[in-house]
Amino acid sequence: MKILVIEDEPDMLENIVCSLEKEKYLVQTAATYDAALEKVSLYDYDCILLDITLVGGSGLDILQELKKQQKAEGVIIVSAKNSLDDKVAGLELGADDYLPKPFHMAELHARVKSVLRRRKFAGSNILSIQNVEIDLDKHLVRVADEELTLNRKEFDILVYLATNEKRLVSKTALAEHVWGDHIDEADSFEFIYSQIKNLRKKLKEHRAQVEIQAIYGIGYKLVAE
Amino acid sequence: MKLLNYTTSYFAIILLVVITIWAGLFYYNMLDEIYDSMDDGLENQKLLVIQKAAQDSTVLSHQSFEEGYYAIKKITFAQAKKQQDVYQDTLMYMLNEKDFEPVRMLKTAFRQKDNYYEMRVITSMVEEDDLIEDLLYSLLWLYLGLIASILILNNVLLKKIWQPFYSLLQYLQHFRLEDSKPIKLKETKIDEFRLLNSTIEKLLQSNTDTYISQKNFIENASHELQTPLAISLNKLELLAESSQLQEEQLVQIGAIMENLERLTRLNKLLLLLSKIENKQFAPVEEVNINSALKKIIADFSDQASFRDITISLHEEATCNVKVNPDLATILLVNLVKNAIIHNHEGGFVTIILKAESLLIENSGKKAPLDKQKIFTRFYKDNASPASTGLGLAIIKAIADLYQFGLTYNYRQNHIWSVYFKNPF
Repeated sequence: MKILVIEDEPDMLENIVCSLEKEKYLVQTAATYDAALEKVSLYDYDCILLDITLVGGSGLDILQELKKQQKAEGVIIVSAKNSLDDKVAGLELGADDYLPKPFHMAELHARVKSVLRRRKFAGSNILSIQNVEIDLDKHLVRVADEELTLNRKEFDILVYLATNEKRLVSKTALAEHVWGDHIDEADSFEFIYSQIKNLRKKLKEHRAQVEIQAIYGIGYKLVAE
Repeated sequence: MKLLNYTTSYFAIILLVVITIWAGLFYYNMLDEIYDSMDDGLENQKLLVIQKAAQDSTVLSHQSFEEGYYAIKKITFAQAKKQQDVYQDTLMYMLNEKDFEPVRMLKTAFRQKDNYYEMRVITSMVEEDDLIEDLLYSLLWLYLGLIASILILNNVLLKKIWQPFYSLLQYLQHFRLEDSKPIKLKETKIDEFRLLNSTIEKLLQSNTDTYISQKNFIENASHELQTPLAISLNKLELLAESSQLQEEQLVQIGAIMENLERLTRLNKLLLLLSKIENKQFAPVEEVNINSALKKIIADFSDQASFRDITISLHEEATCNVKVNPDLATILLVNLVKNAIIHNHEGGFVTIILKAESLLIENSGKKAPLDKQKIFTRFYKDNASPASTGLGLAIIKAIADLYQFGLTYNYRQNHIWSVYFKNPF
């Protein structure tokens, strides 16, 4: 999978690249408008992470260029300008998603994977780790071909952790993803723990070969046994 | 009261006073002149009668006014000496009018061949009450005529003259800073209005400029603050992932991340607050509060059930409000969240939704909150030190923006009310 990261903030770029490389993607970068435009015109990517505010121009213009060249890249707009105008304009120009800064790496992975899935494997929307199979379209989870009944929140947690397999997912990232943006001010994420506990119990009962590990004070990690 | 009518009403009062005073003066002057000319006539008649009496002694026997305009009576020298010319008003029976009518009378004395006579000459006089009545009516007509002409003048002429002023008023009424359309006022030939227009144009322009630069500042501040925060948080996430870390270090990183997240949250909320206060949420649409509220309650159900808090919603009517949909959500989220967070384990939240109002009652601290301070920024209740202290300030800012009524009361429980059609 080839991913292009267009981002003018060097530290931010480094973070994104570092995190994406852990997922074994082939990551290329562009830090300015001109460099981005050149790369976009020359090569094809599976996914492009696009910052709106760039040195030398607007990311929206790059989007326009992509549209003109009829390239089918999956584009995720990444912007600190959490403005509705940019979001609307970007999505109208054919962007696949809009991710406002600041974001959690786990959220970025989830969005990237979702875009890649939609682009590449149309039809087979199944995530599998060891003996656990998650059908994203039908909202079904099977452990060794045996169906596992989960409530909506448990299902969302499992999908999110599975998408970020072997990666650390912070409590806040998980809460924001599963319970929505409003939850970010809830100050206490203890209630997440009770959901995780139920999920763990169900996975264990069905002898799933995955485990949800708690990382002290930070969050959770799903690992294959 | 309209400017035009205002001046007219002043004119009406001033005219009433001026015309009344003028009428009084006019009346007395005219009366004075009439008396003067009547008295002259009587004097003349007196001389004519004396002349006639010298030729014709029968004249002297006219003792009463029966068929003439004079009466003569013989008097003594002593009486005659005392008698001076006296003009006076008196009443006399008039056959034609069949009534006593006022007459002007000259009482005088003269000598005729060593005899002294007293003579009274009369002439019929203006009837004062008739005069006053006539005068009053003509003045009334004059007054009404004047007012009518002023009204017509105002409505035709002044309205035309003040046209630029009224169009300016209309423009200002519909002016909204956030619409940022180029300012265009009508041309006018009148210097004062031209000055007014150009002054207002300049004022609005500078306001618009300030507004735009403030808006840009907020966006830039957001960008500048969010990016380093995002970078730091992401770096910590990456650091925490590296496997060499001890549990102790992970706890430390967790604490740093929590604080950075708190900072991010605060920054976001402050930006939101200034955005609301700067009225940067322009598009308004009809929002169904019932469905929005149900969705939010569902979002918070896990959090509530975790603390064993019962949320009950009583929909008494359908509530549709013209508001920015994002702000409506933020308002409801903050109200519901506030009721859940500042609650105790096993408590309750009761929400009553009516056609034009929303009432949220929640259990919690057994004491009323400080009404003066709860809606100010960073007001914190001791019970939850982790809260940002901005939730209620945001509720207040949104309520103020749309002129919703917002009240807090304590009756064993905390009661928050929002009136979507402000009754105050």
